[in-house]
Amino acid sequence: MIKIEKLHKSYPIGKESLHVLKGIDLHIKEGEFVSIMGSSGSGKSTLLNIVGLLDIHDEGNYFLNGQLIKDMNEKKAALLRNKFLGFVFQSFNLISYKTALENVALPLYYKGMGRKERLEVALNYLEKVGLKDWANHLPNELSGGQKQRVAIARALVTKPKVVLADEPTGALDSTTTDSVMDLLKDINDEGMTVFVITHEEEVAEQTKRVVRLKDGVIISDELTKASKAV
Amino acid sequence: MFDIDRWREIFQSINKNRLRSVMSGFTVAFAILLFTLLFGIVSGLSNTFKDAFADDAQNAMFVRVWKTSKPYKGLQTGRSIQLRNTDYDFVNEEYGEKIQYKSSRIYKNFNLKYKNEAGNYSVMAINPDNQYLEKTIIEEGRFVNEKDIRDKSKVIVIGRLIKEDLFGQKPALGKRLNVNGSSYLIIGIFSDDGGDNEERKAFIPLSTAQMIYGNNDYINQIALGYDPNLSLDEAVAFGNQMERDLRKKMNIHPDDQSALSVRNMAEANKNVGQFMFILYFIVIVVGSGTLVAGIIGISNIMIFVIKERTKEFGIRKALGAKPSSIVSMVVQESVLITTIAGYIGLSIGTYVLSQIGDSLEEDYFIKDPTVSTGIVVGATIILIISGLIAGYLPAKKAANIKPIVALRAD
Repeated sequence: MIKIEKLHKSYPIGKESLHVLKGIDLHIKEGEFVSIMGSSGSGKSTLLNIVGLLDIHDEGNYFLNGQLIKDMNEKKAALLRNKFLGFVFQSFNLISYKTALENVALPLYYKGMGRKERLEVALNYLEKVGLKDWANHLPNELSGGQKQRVAIARALVTKPKVVLADEPTGALDSTTTDSVMDLLKDINDEGMTVFVITHEEEVAEQTKRVVRLKDGVIISDELTKASKAV
Repeated sequence: MFDIDRWREIFQSINKNRLRSVMSGFTVAFAILLFTLLFGIVSGLSNTFKDAFADDAQNAMFVRVWKTSKPYKGLQTGRSIQLRNTDYDFVNEEYGEKIQYKSSRIYKNFNLKYKNEAGNYSVMAINPDNQYLEKTIIEEGRFVNEKDIRDKSKVIVIGRLIKEDLFGQKPALGKRLNVNGSSYLIIGIFSDDGGDNEERKAFIPLSTAQMIYGNNDYINQIALGYDPNLSLDEAVAFGNQMERDLRKKMNIHPDDQSALSVRNMAEANKNVGQFMFILYFIVIVVGSGTLVAGIIGISNIMIFVIKERTKEFGIRKALGAKPSSIVSMVVQESVLITTIAGYIGLSIGTYVLSQIGDSLEEDYFIKDPTVSTGIVVGATIILIISGLIAGYLPAKKAANIKPIVALRAD
């Protein structure tokens, strides 16, 4: 599903350039539940942004669903994101003036689905994350855990191939962290590829494969107990 | 362009962010309001000027005489100057080809009487061309003609208000009117756009007046209409030339305005034309300045708004929005706000102008201030275009920010 070969990325900082990713090789197959671990500055967010087509790599190859990602413009990237990827962010990134239901339905609007149909689909996904009763509430009327579940529903609503979650539990307490992780597990059990970035061991343990990053290189890549338990 | 979902998004965005929508709209509405009022008031001034000249023909010239104010060739100051038929003939002979209409005038004040109704009115003795020089409009019957002049007929053409005063609703045409003791036949009734005073006048043939009242060839004034093919400058030159020639012929000091002068509408027209030109120039400068200020105002607000929404755009892009869909959303929102706000400003402006109406005519010379459809349409188009630009430039910039950068924005 995701295949990365010798990926390099650096950011210019003034006249200097900061080499963030120094030759990453990673292959994630369909249906995997992978977490990327690393301290801040290890390059894990950069990796996710490149995988999520939110940023462009400098060197190396990146195949998404077998397609080589090269010469992307914003329009092409937008189409691919809409088709293949669902995002969950640490800070939720819900649109503040839209209700939970409208937030979930927004990706379907960009897919070109009619209003009635997309609100119906969105409501199904809200039900799935247990927030059907909160459909007409604005984000600031929801708790952190509820917001993140709305965000997950929004990531899922287009039936993407891969769900990318950037520190999805970073802003949540331990109870809500568990409920969010349970939700991600359920999604994975349904066969969707889930790609989580985190710096919390407890979160990584609940995934099936942990890739550790340090200073822009992969230092370990192993399966977890959770995967063996299945 | 017409996409119900897009409009739903836009209305939601406007509705949920009322303060900023109202603020940006207010800038535009206010600019257009000022623009409309400015144009309306200037058009009101211009109407007043046009009306001031509605009384007489645009190409009229008047030769007027009084008393000398300067000694000349041994002749004393204070000598009364008298125009005669010979002067009238002289003007015609000398400048005939530059003259379209011509008439001598004698001014009298007579008591007009019909049965028991009577009143004092100014009566002017004239030649037939005077009808065109004074823009007299014949309502019934006819004006004085050449035959009346030849026959020295005792006929009279009376103003609409004299007829009302003396005859009321009864017909006056063909009746005999007692003019200062002599009986005149009413051959015509006229109206005039120059106001009530102009309609309380009467006209009689010049030759009749000269025979009955003094039996001489005196005239008070020579009225001419210069050839309309002459340019304003040529007409002014013609008037000056005639003034010089007449002073010379009548032994008047060349600079003696008091003794003999030519009042030339061409000069007045030229001055008014220049005045109006400058006025319109100022209005166009000030008006477009106001519009530009409005456009800059809305651009500023749009830049701020888009900065505020950068993160939202980042989210939308992460969810699959194309840059073009973001640009067109912002542009449509901006155009919608400017158009509605502009329309409100325009409506208030036109309403205020219609309320002013003619109420400022007396004191401020503003008559019937209105804005023309052309200007309204032009201003609206400018608004829509400015809304487009004000929305497009910053939106384009925001839409091209990489989503990762946009998402980081607060």
